[in-house]
Amino acid sequence: MSTQTISLPETYEASRPFVEQLHQWVTTVDHKRLGLLYIFYALLFLVVGGIEATIMRIQLIRPLNTFVSPQVFNRMFTMHGTTMIFFVAMPLVFGFANYLLPLMIGARDMAFPRLNAFSFWMTAFGGFLLYFSFVGGDGLYGAGNAPDVGWFAYAPLTSQTFSPGHSTDFWTLSLLVSGFGSIGTAINIIATVVCLRCKGMTLGKMPLFAWLNLTMGGLVIMVVSPLTAAQLMLMVDRYLGGHFFDTQAGGSAVMWMHFFWVFGHPEVYVLVIPAFAFASEIIPVFSRKAIFGYPVMVAATVGIGFISMSVWAHHMFTVGMSSGANTFFVLSTMAVAVPTGIKIFNWLATMWGGQIHFTVPMLFCIAFLFQFLIAGLTGVMQAAAPFDWQLTASYFVVAHFHYVIVGGIIFASFGAFYYWFPKMSGRMYNERLGQLHFWLFLIGFHLTFDFMHVPGLLGMPRRIYTYEPGRGWDIWNLIVTIGVVFQGAGVLFFVANMLWSRFRGALAGRDPWDAWTLEWSTSSPPPDYNFARTPEVRSRRPLWDLKHPEDPDWHYE
Amino acid sequence: MSTPSVTIREDDLGWNLPARGPVAMYCVIGAEVAMFTIFVVAYIFYIGKSATGPQPRDVLHVPIFLTICLLSSSMTIHFAVRFLRSGRMASFGVWWLLTIALGLIFLLGTLREWRELIAEGLTIQTNLFGTTYYSLVGLHAFHVTVGLLALTTVLIFTLRGDVGKQHTERTEVLSMYWHFVDVVWIVVFTLVYIIGR
Repeated sequence: MSTQTISLPETYEASRPFVEQLHQWVTTVDHKRLGLLYIFYALLFLVVGGIEATIMRIQLIRPLNTFVSPQVFNRMFTMHGTTMIFFVAMPLVFGFANYLLPLMIGARDMAFPRLNAFSFWMTAFGGFLLYFSFVGGDGLYGAGNAPDVGWFAYAPLTSQTFSPGHSTDFWTLSLLVSGFGSIGTAINIIATVVCLRCKGMTLGKMPLFAWLNLTMGGLVIMVVSPLTAAQLMLMVDRYLGGHFFDTQAGGSAVMWMHFFWVFGHPEVYVLVIPAFAFASEIIPVFSRKAIFGYPVMVAATVGIGFISMSVWAHHMFTVGMSSGANTFFVLSTMAVAVPTGIKIFNWLATMWGGQIHFTVPMLFCIAFLFQFLIAGLTGVMQAAAPFDWQLTASYFVVAHFHYVIVGGIIFASFGAFYYWFPKMSGRMYNERLGQLHFWLFLIGFHLTFDFMHVPGLLGMPRRIYTYEPGRGWDIWNLIVTIGVVFQGAGVLFFVANMLWSRFRGALAGRDPWDAWTLEWSTSSPPPDYNFARTPEVRSRRPLWDLKHPEDPDWHYE
Repeated sequence: MSTPSVTIREDDLGWNLPARGPVAMYCVIGAEVAMFTIFVVAYIFYIGKSATGPQPRDVLHVPIFLTICLLSSSMTIHFAVRFLRSGRMASFGVWWLLTIALGLIFLLGTLREWRELIAEGLTIQTNLFGTTYYSLVGLHAFHVTVGLLALTTVLIFTLRGDVGKQHTERTEVLSMYWHFVDVVWIVVFTLVYIIGR
């Protein structure tokens, strides 16, 4: 590639005074720095949310435990859910999209750099607001500090009557604020992909990563806005004395459920589609084969995007909808499994016959494949309304969606961390520490979430702060909590690996994986301007063409 | 006079991506549509469900004049942008000012309507009708206000002589937003003053 590297002396960056460096990070509009800020921010909250989960698991390790009070337990599951979705998973996928999209499509920055910075700081402020509730949430009523209404905050629990004080206000405001940030970033992602592709990169030649994030951006726009609207209604109820969700004045609590899940279910796809994007980049590179069925992958992704917006009420089978509505949502939910299944087969077909390199990112992606499959299968089980009537709001559901989010999204994200770490830091991670992280996390994950299905099947409801002995739940809860130790240890190795490798790792060079997309054509870490000359592409694997001029891809596409 | 020959490579011509401004505005409009949909659905769902009065037909009057004002402002802004494109700045300024005036009349009319309604005993706290009415119409009025602020900003720059032909695309993006606000009003008007009454 004709990119020229202008290498500044290593000391140039480091020798600046700390305040100046901090100022640069705070005022930056560069997509790479904002991407990293998003990722750091997500990792910070991952630890916080993890601590909250650990507190819950310690409380549930044995029957009639008194580690925390019921009130604190309620706050923990609310904060854990809200944090993990809005301040870990969302910033994480936005961070990677921010960092990688312009590099992958051969652009110098996102379409709206200042909007990008604005969106990040809105999200950051939202997280701050949520956690400030621990200090400021009491209000005048001595009513408990942090939000304790559950992450989907069903009415009428959120009304002034049942949530006095300010804790729910902090919850709703923080989601509103971070929602604006999400919409801003989504607009940016779409505009970047649509308007800034380098020459020759037609829609059919974009990396799958760009396609999937484009779909994700569209989904965010269509589904985060309803959440914003619902939060506005909740605020009208709480601050202005409105009656949207006030059943005594004729309002409807079920309305809130619909509005929340219109957001809540597609949100899962907002998060998992970028995870698909990571897998779609990593699996081909480490199988040494081009992705199998590119057009089908694109079609399946867009199909998932559309279908996912019509499945929300499968969260509400027990509410008492009409049988017509139940049937519709059963069928649409099962239908979403079809394009998802297509994707799984495509990844398998990509690996089939390939020279698989079992590096850490690939290991995480393989685990992602199997775990996401199981998560999807338990999802289809619960899509059947009668099955759901039996198991809704039990630990089976908790196990299912953690299988999706941890087993699917977090595993793929860890894969992405390791895969792009050399690009972002310029240095290689430590393979042995990475393997240790993988195996510990894998064991911990399966200990926790495989066995969590069982107490659910045995009837243990979610969100209870304790339980009586002799119901057959004890041993399962013990195993589940033990798994947390392994996961925590795995994450510690991850953090240690990142920190150590950032300063001591071997230099990575431009293209340590012999990969094919444009981000590997520039130096690691990339310069501020990304490409000295904006590239031109003729196929989906521009670097392959460059390395193999005798047999370029565009002969076949 | 000799014409300088410029070589244009064929594939350079073919590489034309959409401008980022309109694309982003379509996205904003998409997000806004989703948000208004939720409020509209809530309004429809709660029609006739108020436990106490006043009911819509007791207090609401169809604001035909205001509707005409707002909808015609879509036309005036369209003309304004057309004049800007052809560089006729004076005409642009007049039509732009007219757009702002029409929007302002609409907003003041809404204000008057609300004051009358409050005097008749309908507030956001009174009943479900009050809650949904003030939220939906208020959300729209908020968008009109934001639009007016943006339009006024452009007017100030125009009066200072900073706006020229080269800003056509930007004003076009703003006019897209303004058209959207008008279209939303058609929905709100039909729902609140015709179906809901």
